[in-house]
Amino acid sequence: MAQHSLTLRQYLLLGLVAVCAPLGDTCLSRGMTQMPAISLSHPGALVAAVFTPWIASGIALLIGFFASYLTALSWADLTFVLPATAFGNVIVALLSRFWLHESISLERWAGIVLITLGVGFVAQGPSLTERPAPQPEAEKVEAR
Amino acid sequence: MTVPFPQAHPGAWTATAMIAAVVLSSTAGEVLTAAAMKSLGDLDDIRAHSGLKGAIRAVLTCPLFFAGVFFLAVAFFALLFALNHLNLSLVAPASASLTLVTNAIAAKIFLKENVDRRRWTAAVFVCVGVYLLAH
Repeated sequence: MAQHSLTLRQYLLLGLVAVCAPLGDTCLSRGMTQMPAISLSHPGALVAAVFTPWIASGIALLIGFFASYLTALSWADLTFVLPATAFGNVIVALLSRFWLHESISLERWAGIVLITLGVGFVAQGPSLTERPAPQPEAEKVEAR
Repeated sequence: MTVPFPQAHPGAWTATAMIAAVVLSSTAGEVLTAAAMKSLGDLDDIRAHSGLKGAIRAVLTCPLFFAGVFFLAVAFFALLFALNHLNLSLVAPASASLTLVTNAIAAKIFLKENVDRRRWTAAVFVCVGVYLLAH
């Protein structure tokens, strides 16, 4: 199988995939916990929530995630891109440890190490499955 | 004071069925979306030739993409339903980690991806890692 080495731009896009989803979820979570309890009988409050800074940032980040995820799937295999999305969990755990000074249990450190190893394994291999080039119609006719 | 609705605790088979529904619909959505993107070709190239509008148009006129989004939406509502009956500490790690393995199997069967030993090892490592991290 030929090596499909990624460009810097493609690595950056995979980085966006990993970072945007967990950051978007965190922004949504923070925004919604700051809101008073919303009842289904007042759906207008839910619409108003969309325009608060945290929720709006969360939605923008999740749109960014989906756009970069779709772009990555157009030039890389699903089994190559998915570990990158899982690496976002590691980024969130490390941010919570070193930025928010939360404690991380031994079990979660083991999880971080395993995901990092898994992503490292995949990143060393080819990003796209090599497929045989389609045979031109003229050659198919000659072969008959 | 509000009184919570008494809820019957679902049995093991019901819980398994709920998590399986999340995992299978999510896998179908991911595989269909990946197939849609592969059928379009490199989006960066499309954007270079036709601009951002051209790339968006290419995605939005692909029926496979909408089939994928439909199954991703089904997975989302199946997750909400499961969370309504089961604990978050069971549903989140189980569905997130199992989806990685089912995606690898589905990608090999339906997308004909070359899931070699390296990718299987990575899928298992990430699967166990996500479970430990989310548990």
